[in-house]
Amino acid sequence: MVTLRTFGRFILDTLRLLAKGNRAYYAWVGFLLVLVAAGAWAYVGQLNQGLIATHMRDQVSWGFYIGNFTFLVGVAAASIMLVIPAYIYDWEPIKEITILGEMLAISALIMCLGFVMVDIGRPDRFWHIMPFVGRLNWPQSLLAWDVLVLNGYLLLNWFVVTYLLYCAYTERHYVKKLVLPLVLLSIPLAVSIHTVTAYLYNGLAARPFWNSAILAPKFLASAFCSGPAILLILLQILRKTTKLRITDEAIFKVAELMAYTMGFNLFLTAAEAFKEFYSNTEHVVYSQYLYFGLKGHTTLVPFAWASVACGLAAFLLFLIPRTRKNWITLNIGCVLIYSSVYIEKGMGLIIPGLTPDTLGEIYQYRPSLTEVLVAAGIFALGFLLFTFMLKAAVPMMLGEFTHRKGRSDARSPEVPASLPTH
Amino acid sequence: MTADLNPRKPHESCDCEGEGSRRAFLGTAVAAVAGALTGCGKISHEEFLQHNFRELSKEEVNDVIARLEREYREKYGRDVHVGNEPPMPGVIFGYALDLSRCIGCRRCVHACVKENNQSRDPEIQWIRVLQLDKEEGVDLRHADQYYNPEEVPQEGHFYMPVQCQQCKKPPCVKVCPVGATWREKDGIVVVDYNWCIGCRYCMAACPYGARHFNWGEPHVPSAEVNPETHYLGNRPRPKGVVEKCTFCVQRTRKGLYPACVEICPTGSRKFGNLLDPKSEIRYVLENKRVFKFKEDLNTQPNFFYFYGV
Amino acid sequence: MSSSVAKTFHPCAWVLGALLAVSPMAVRAQASPPKGEETSTPEGIQVPKPPFSDGIFPCTSCHDGKSMKVNPKPRQLTDMHQDIVLNHGPASRWCLDCHDAADRDKLHLVSGEKIDFTVSYRLCGQCHGDKYRDWRVGVHGKRTGHWNGAKEYLLCVNCHNPHSPHFKPLKPMPPPVPPQSIQAVKGGAR
Repeated sequence: MVTLRTFGRFILDTLRLLAKGNRAYYAWVGFLLVLVAAGAWAYVGQLNQGLIATHMRDQVSWGFYIGNFTFLVGVAAASIMLVIPAYIYDWEPIKEITILGEMLAISALIMCLGFVMVDIGRPDRFWHIMPFVGRLNWPQSLLAWDVLVLNGYLLLNWFVVTYLLYCAYTERHYVKKLVLPLVLLSIPLAVSIHTVTAYLYNGLAARPFWNSAILAPKFLASAFCSGPAILLILLQILRKTTKLRITDEAIFKVAELMAYTMGFNLFLTAAEAFKEFYSNTEHVVYSQYLYFGLKGHTTLVPFAWASVACGLAAFLLFLIPRTRKNWITLNIGCVLIYSSVYIEKGMGLIIPGLTPDTLGEIYQYRPSLTEVLVAAGIFALGFLLFTFMLKAAVPMMLGEFTHRKGRSDARSPEVPASLPTH
Repeated sequence: MTADLNPRKPHESCDCEGEGSRRAFLGTAVAAVAGALTGCGKISHEEFLQHNFRELSKEEVNDVIARLEREYREKYGRDVHVGNEPPMPGVIFGYALDLSRCIGCRRCVHACVKENNQSRDPEIQWIRVLQLDKEEGVDLRHADQYYNPEEVPQEGHFYMPVQCQQCKKPPCVKVCPVGATWREKDGIVVVDYNWCIGCRYCMAACPYGARHFNWGEPHVPSAEVNPETHYLGNRPRPKGVVEKCTFCVQRTRKGLYPACVEICPTGSRKFGNLLDPKSEIRYVLENKRVFKFKEDLNTQPNFFYFYGV
Repeated sequence: MSSSVAKTFHPCAWVLGALLAVSPMAVRAQASPPKGEETSTPEGIQVPKPPFSDGIFPCTSCHDGKSMKVNPKPRQLTDMHQDIVLNHGPASRWCLDCHDAADRDKLHLVSGEKIDFTVSYRLCGQCHGDKYRDWRVGVHGKRTGHWNGAKEYLLCVNCHNPHSPHFKPLKPMPPPVPPQSIQAVKGGAR
């Protein structure tokens, strides 16, 4: 029975789980806290001075913060790369670990919200964007849609994760009728968060680089091939450090799916390049700035080609079964894909969209120290949140930590009675 | 028409005692936290709680204006009048700029800065003059805003000032997530500086680079403050909000020409009521060959460029 | 309406006057009418008084028809008015094409009709008809005042020196600060 008392103990016990750990855990958490502190200090400076502490100016009015936001929305959407095979195709090897994808989504979404908060000029007016309390310009503004779907997806994932862990904690079976529809709902919601974010850029006629019909499919393709990269690395770590049962099969399957989405992403990139350079209208200046530089301004060029090269290499590594099933090349592939999409969705999307600006001016934007520190702080916050969630969730998933066995050490040598699957 | 998810009618605004004091307490508490966090300790709880200008009752508007005038007096040591003139009925403003006559002297830019209380440091300018090549026409790949020769006009070049085009279909209004910017009945696209959250989506959406952001705390020397202001126009702005040309709403709604029109030494700028068949703007539209900047984007600007000779 | 116009006219004149006082405009061209010295033309257009050089008017104080004989031969002037550089149209153009030989206080049209300097635009309009028509409706040249009420025009000669009408170039006002140079003001925290 769901009683407030049991739930309260669930929270307290979770916190207790977070407070105890080995040296590596403390070192890692400590390191992240230092980064969070540095970010907070830089942010206070930005609040005092205003956004002039960044290097964004009228000509390039969105930069590092929004680039990271866009990338992380993709990471959040990537959890469905686990949900689809687990639930649509009823594939057991992945079912147990779907919750990890959802936790990753939660961390990514918190980071997204963090980047939005630090980017707006008046964070004290944040309540203006809340429906009914403020004034939300829905359905005209895509940002209004984004507010709704991002928070909706966050709430959904948060609820599912909390509910499943709570069931594991109270050693009860979760109610399938409650969970399954929500998990299935998360599929269109995940697609929608990234589609809405893509439309945010896509709908701007003023920015021809973004005003391309290919943008939304490209966003989804790059999200689905990059988000799971973190998960793959994480799954390997969890396999070694906990008793979580993750089969090789599951990992290789995810990698294979990533290969296909990466291939599609590369195809869309090629399609975009063809349209720009073959038609060769005035609008080619943006792609030209990105890949070849314009009037001697070449800041982005090495990054643009690095992104293409990494993406191509990762695609091949993941496609070829021999390299996909080799742990070294698999992990190299993960890093390569992550880097490739990070560049593509960050500086490879935001900056060329705004450079040259609407009156033809080229302002070369580079993040300032404030932006880098604040971003590091937000990333650290996300990683911290994810660490904490794992720290609490894994023992519960393994059945090692329940309201009965709650007081014992989370790393008890007991063999788990049942692995709560969902 | 925006779907207003907050269908609060002006007359429903709360002015009952109990809820007012509870709101005040909550507002103060939150404002204190927000103030401490954001380093903007000077935000009053009234300012923090103020709603979108379009939703305020007449009384609330008067309160807001009184509060603003008080704050400006404190800040600048001068009496600043904040007006709230509504649009004149039967008026839609139009603007025409003669590209054959503009010599790129930038007097309009600086007259605008003075009239509209734009920040001197960090510098904000609502008008940008582009130096273009005669041979290339209006081709932004050959545009230069930073020209600084000994004298203008320079051989082989013509000059095109760009400011807010007050579009009939403004992309900036469409994308604002909080409805802080809208198009008034006389065609002027305005910003509620007390509602804008500074997300800068409108700046990404504007094809003309007409919107500008207060990246830092704006600075206008007290002696240079123009004390005749409008709530939606040239009143001194705070940090972290977007601003732009408003066709000098504080002047035009009183029947005056915008400052840029008056200062132009070559008479390149023409302004008037599009609905008045005898206005000079209608004469230009009917007798000269006008074009709209970036017409293919279908923003339908009320700003027209023409070649008088 | 009139009281609000009166109230708002003052600051408008202030701003305009101040701006014109400080801006480095060429003296002759782009001059603005000194306030209060405007006349209404027969057509009802508000224009400033003709911008004569000091002491030059009335011309008949010298050209009284008695002390000087009228010499209608087109030539380079050597005794007086050498400061005037005539650069208006073809080389065959000279003073008496516009100035009336019999009455120097007037200009003359092609028809022979004599007109005052206060309506010199009628003379300009004979050759520059398209500019004249545009000027009449306010589309040519600078016009200040109210878009929905009283307006002040300038005479052609307020901006175009009739002897050398081509617009002189101006020194441009400073360019904008480029974005990379926009920094936080020291000690500018709120």
